[in-house]
Amino acid sequence: MPFKRAHSRLFIPPHPQPLPATRERARGEGRGAPTAARKSSRGEGRDTVLTAFAIITDGLVYAAYLFIVAIGLTLIFGVMKILNVAHGSFYAFGAYGAATAVGIYADAGWPAAAGFLLMIVFAMAIGVVIGLVLERGLLRLVYGRDEVVVVLVTYAVFLILEDVIRLIWGAQSYPAFQPMVSAGSIEVGDLVLSNYDILLVAIAALIAALAWWALRFTRYGRVLTTVIFDRETAAAFGINVTVVYTVTFIIGAALGAVGGAVMAPKISVTLGIGVEVIVLAFAVVAIGGMGSIEGALVGALIVGLCRAAAVHLAPQIELFVIYGVMALVLVVRPYGLFVRAQPRKI
Amino acid sequence: MGTRGYIVGALLFLIAAAAAQVAPDWVVSLATIAFANALVVLGLIVMWRAGLVSFGQALYYCVGAYTVALTARWTGFTDAIALVLLGGVVAGIVAVLVGFLLARYREIFFAMLSLALSMILYGVLVKTESLGSTDGFTVAVPTFFGVAPRGDALGRALYWLTLGIGAVCAVMVGAYFRSVAGSLAAPIRDNEIRIEFLGVSASRIVHVKIFVAGVLGGLGGALAALAIGHVDPNMAYWTTSGGFVFVTILAGAGSIAAAFVGSLCFEAVRSFAVDAMPGLWQMTLGSVLLLTILFLPDGLGSLVARLRKRDEAAS
Repeated sequence: MPFKRAHSRLFIPPHPQPLPATRERARGEGRGAPTAARKSSRGEGRDTVLTAFAIITDGLVYAAYLFIVAIGLTLIFGVMKILNVAHGSFYAFGAYGAATAVGIYADAGWPAAAGFLLMIVFAMAIGVVIGLVLERGLLRLVYGRDEVVVVLVTYAVFLILEDVIRLIWGAQSYPAFQPMVSAGSIEVGDLVLSNYDILLVAIAALIAALAWWALRFTRYGRVLTTVIFDRETAAAFGINVTVVYTVTFIIGAALGAVGGAVMAPKISVTLGIGVEVIVLAFAVVAIGGMGSIEGALVGALIVGLCRAAAVHLAPQIELFVIYGVMALVLVVRPYGLFVRAQPRKI
Repeated sequence: MGTRGYIVGALLFLIAAAAAQVAPDWVVSLATIAFANALVVLGLIVMWRAGLVSFGQALYYCVGAYTVALTARWTGFTDAIALVLLGGVVAGIVAVLVGFLLARYREIFFAMLSLALSMILYGVLVKTESLGSTDGFTVAVPTFFGVAPRGDALGRALYWLTLGIGAVCAVMVGAYFRSVAGSLAAPIRDNEIRIEFLGVSASRIVHVKIFVAGVLGGLGGALAALAIGHVDPNMAYWTTSGGFVFVTILAGAGSIAAAFVGSLCFEAVRSFAVDAMPGLWQMTLGSVLLLTILFLPDGLGSLVARLRKRDEAAS
């Protein structure tokens, strides 16, 4: 019975791990259990290969999640030079929206694929609305202020949105595992892989390809590139930077919400999920270079693989390794891996 | 700040010290936490004057707190004053080491890297089960020169200790602000390259600021650990740093006293708000922060300065 196996894989971590204490568990169910389960172990050599394979698959899945969350953040930073702390709230809103959508379609008994689509669309709609309101209603007022002050503004927004979520959805947690269960799982050799995880990696790859194509081959993408390169010159050439800012912020917000939506089935949607995500996304973006899309991709892969390796080989350094890698990269490349050198302005 | 500032400060100090005799217990303990946090805020003000915002000041706060807790636990040494000073020293050492990396960065990169460093400490503490993992552990009851006060007396003793250390730090930071290194803060914020053309190393000045802020953070954390009687990894989480930054923005970088008053206001409002409307606390916080940034960019301290200016204009 495929249903049963998938179901049990959701709740029993396949690897022996130290039991996380309460607060830790409440904060980050999502990054807790490794994804690829090992069915059996036959001999040492085979075991090593299996572990390596598990690290790679887990790492890819985790990297996919990180990339989807980080790309919105890096896009907004690249274009608007805003380090958006409220991105964590977009993620949380997306996750809650998706959980609500899952509830609706599970009650209505629609097919799973339609439900998944509904989930994404619902989350994106929420992201677009919040992004529009925030950019037009608030951020517009603080353009031109110090970058650090704008960070604090988004931090304030983050705090407010945390309680807005509490007001709308209450303090209870929302399970949204139905899409993951109905997706089932496949066996590759001795490993059991969830189809949903594979879908996650595919979505991340799709977003990466779309972003690359849009930036390179569409009119809006080229306009965006010029604004990223130099805002004032772009404006001098007749580009309406205000519109570009609004559209970028909306896209970034929608991406953050989609990140929350696709992760919702894998985690328990509960208060405080945005708090954790935002620092993770910061780490990824800082490694790759702030404002760089390919940087976000590479950063996500590095962090994902390192964390997966830590989970499998040395679970006690799991959290440490993410920020350790970030500090290490920044020692060598102070502004991240993929960043254009800035001239010093006197 | 001239002679008048010192006299006003000394008077406020005496009033605050005397108030503990008549104030109810919960006010004393609230003020103790508030003034301990004010030290961290003071450190943030030192950096803010140079245009640097650290989103990882909780690193030093947590180092100070854990130093106190671990020393008391491992050696059985419980003298409060020595423990607090030790917390400050250890946090200072950490700050000097971290500073070698951090002093090169400015603006957002400074904020993010300091955040990452505090998250490293958080990650380590969460995974260290011998130190209670996420639950942390209890701090031993402190003694004062061999005397072990209990109950109310302990609360008051800790309050006076916090107040005393706070006053000493305030005077020293005031002296630092008037020194050459301190006065170069604003030029660093405005244009660093010009500073270097003066023949001064900007990154060395920033390094000193990181150190000063680290020591202050460590002292604050050490005092908080003794006052709360418990330490846990959340002291290093980025939301803790965010709280300190919040108070800094609220208080403004204009004056030293603002750090203490702002921190006291913050703690008072927090304890009432959490009581009265538990679900809306963060929203209140965020709204106040937004309004401050939009309408009072230099913080509450600037209100006092504005009043003073009006006085001068009138006379």
